Amino acid sequence: MNKNILLCGVGGQGTVLASKIMAAAAMNKGIPVMTAETIGMAQRGGSVFSHLRMGEAAHSPLIPKGKADIILGFEPAETVRMLPYLKKDGVVIVNSRAVMPVTAALKNSDYNGKEMIDYLKKKVDKLIIVDSDKAAEYLGSAKVTNIVLLSAAIRSGELGLLKEDIKQAIIYKVPERFHELNFKALDYLDC
Amino acid sequence: MKKQFVMGNEAIALGAIAAGVNVVAGYPGTPSTEVLETIAKNNDGSIYVEWSINEKAGMEVAAGAAYTGARAMVTMKQVGLNVAADPLMSLEYVGIKGGMVVMVADDPGPISSQTEQDTRTFSRFSKLPLFDPSSVQEAYEMIQDAFDYSEEYHTPVFFRSTTRVCHGYASIDIKKKEEYYINKIEGFVKDSSKWVIFPRLSFNAHRNIENRNTKLSDEFSEYSRNYIIPSAGKHKALRKGIATHGISYEYTMENQEAGNEIKLLKISTPYPFPEKLALEFLEGLDEVLCIEELDPVIERELIYICGKYNLSVKISGKQDGYIALSGENSVESVKTAIDKFLGRVDEEACLDMLDEEVPELPIRPPVLCAGCPHRGAFYSVKQAMKGKKTIYCGDIGCYTLGNAMPLDMVDTCLCMGAGINIAQGVGHVEPDTTCFAFVGDSTFFAAGITGVVNAYYNQANMVLCVLDNSTTAMTGHQPHPGTGRTMMGDVVTKVSIEKILRAIGLEVVETVDPLILEESVECVKRVAAKPGVKAIIFKSPCIAITKPKGSVTIDKDKCINCKKCISQLGCPGIVIVDGKPSIDKSLCVGCKLCTSVCPVDAISSEVM
Repeated sequence: MNKNILLCGVGGQGTVLASKIMAAAAMNKGIPVMTAETIGMAQRGGSVFSHLRMGEAAHSPLIPKGKADIILGFEPAETVRMLPYLKKDGVVIVNSRAVMPVTAALKNSDYNGKEMIDYLKKKVDKLIIVDSDKAAEYLGSAKVTNIVLLSAAIRSGELGLLKEDIKQAIIYKVPERFHELNFKALDYLDC
Repeated sequence: MKKQFVMGNEAIALGAIAAGVNVVAGYPGTPSTEVLETIAKNNDGSIYVEWSINEKAGMEVAAGAAYTGARAMVTMKQVGLNVAADPLMSLEYVGIKGGMVVMVADDPGPISSQTEQDTRTFSRFSKLPLFDPSSVQEAYEMIQDAFDYSEEYHTPVFFRSTTRVCHGYASIDIKKKEEYYINKIEGFVKDSSKWVIFPRLSFNAHRNIENRNTKLSDEFSEYSRNYIIPSAGKHKALRKGIATHGISYEYTMENQEAGNEIKLLKISTPYPFPEKLALEFLEGLDEVLCIEELDPVIERELIYICGKYNLSVKISGKQDGYIALSGENSVESVKTAIDKFLGRVDEEACLDMLDEEVPELPIRPPVLCAGCPHRGAFYSVKQAMKGKKTIYCGDIGCYTLGNAMPLDMVDTCLCMGAGINIAQGVGHVEPDTTCFAFVGDSTFFAAGITGVVNAYYNQANMVLCVLDNSTTAMTGHQPHPGTGRTMMGDVVTKVSIEKILRAIGLEVVETVDPLILEESVECVKRVAAKPGVKAIIFKSPCIAITKPKGSVTIDKDKCINCKKCISQLGCPGIVIVDGKPSIDKSLCVGCKLCTSVCPVDAISSEVM
């Protein structure tokens, strides 16, 4: 199995942990994994990404343009920004909640991500939109948005990993007191 | 052997542990920091680990350890090597006893650095052998080789990696504890003809180094990590080849077709260059494409070899436009270069999906975090000095981000500690300018103290602002002398910045909380009016190491929509919703700075 998953968002949204969980799940199945992510200055409110490559075919941790099987977008504009990485017929999972950059606020813009979502609807056939505000309300926490998005990736059938694989990886990567919340987030889209 | 999923920097650290490293020193700097942190995290107590005050100190601590026969490593980023250059240049002449690895992380892009300098070029200048890994697995194995070569040839060696290897993760094979090398330390043996550098010693050492490097060039031609991949399949008769290194090697392999390989030379030790291996590679070729990041090191070496042996092979790369002169390579840029080199047209070239219909994408430059105390410090100074002729000399750290609009409070930034001396230089020429220098606590210890002594001794007129957030924030919260913690986990006496400043002779040293705006502004006005060198310590901890104090709310009825909170502070925690300022609760930590800016008291705090 060879899969390229690109996670993108804004610093602090939990992209890195989501990528770590998927990597751990792949490792458990004996699949070679490589990842690369934004570290350092850009983390301070900047655009962040995490490339995840599973399988024998990958040489470098960065996914070449046009080769991502799935884009897991934590923010609408960041998802559009990464679209050149998507392969033909690739899956895009996008969180509809926008994060306004300081530069937009200063310019009096009322950027809310809607036009980004509209653009994605026009361009991407396999688009899954997740409303993280609604999920957070139901789950009582916004901290597990990454897991909700991850569960959407599992449901798409393109991830090559099953819910049970991810569940095992959560047990391994996340402190025990958060397990229940994470499992609930993993099931959220199914109920 | 066992499988583990690790970051490149973690692999380097685990490799050093497997090589029996005894002493590790370093100074934090992206993308090198995690190497030392991983050593500390996996330390069974037998390894001495320290965050040194700066790279020069770290280099000297490691050298001292290696003099005794201990295996030592010093870690830093590429610009840190400039700070450590003085001891290193001499150390190469003196030599070492235990294996000593100088681990330097280069940053093509640059992604988070001031320069795009190439440590491979530094290795030729300083004459130290250099190891340059391509992948996380190779980094793990190669660092162990580096210790062996260092010990065998009594020279410190460079282990140089770049961001994409340092910060890439991979599942790799690592040794079990039973397989680790155990280093026996002989201890320091007095011999002033060996350890004390004098012109006579240097003359002899210089000759020996040159001879040794000639020998090493031969040895590196046999080194298993320098190798040739022969041409195959449809490229069997092709008289063209590729020479590459580091992460660019992996990008090249991504573009190689299994069974139809183009002849390839992989260089893991660019200095001393494996000349014999290169000659073997050049045999039967008419053209070579060099795929490198930063300096054209391999390209120059091959051009030199072609000249030396009178070979008629055309060497391409950076000088003739195949590879970009600056920035990092990518799988795509390497593909484009190879296509051009082979005269190949790619029919499947990926169409950019972003067409003319794409909505304008918001720009997200990095900004000071919501609630960052630096915002308060910069804003206080800005308010206090309104209408006055000033210069704000910045420095290296999170607070470089004070340059962003709307604060716009960084006029200069050069290198660690430079702001303090630049402020003096400006002041000597423009006596009517109030010269400010902003320096963080960690940078103050690393490179700021001598600047303050210089200012005081030479009777400069300046205001020093120490932004003390009790941590080394930008690189991920490492301890420093002001924090009272060491990397060995010991609690030690804190070094007081105020006491240092007073001991130098400064009479005006005030400490203020930058998040209490009124007091802060008054303090700046008071201090700036005094003559000579004076200091303000803005003391408030980094928000990433403290618990949030709650958050603020904007009373929609009171708000007159002047947007002053946004236009004055540029805090990412204040956004616009339905045309009006609103607090993003997921970001606000309740620093309350905005409550002091609102002209109608519409912002109030909720205590958690």
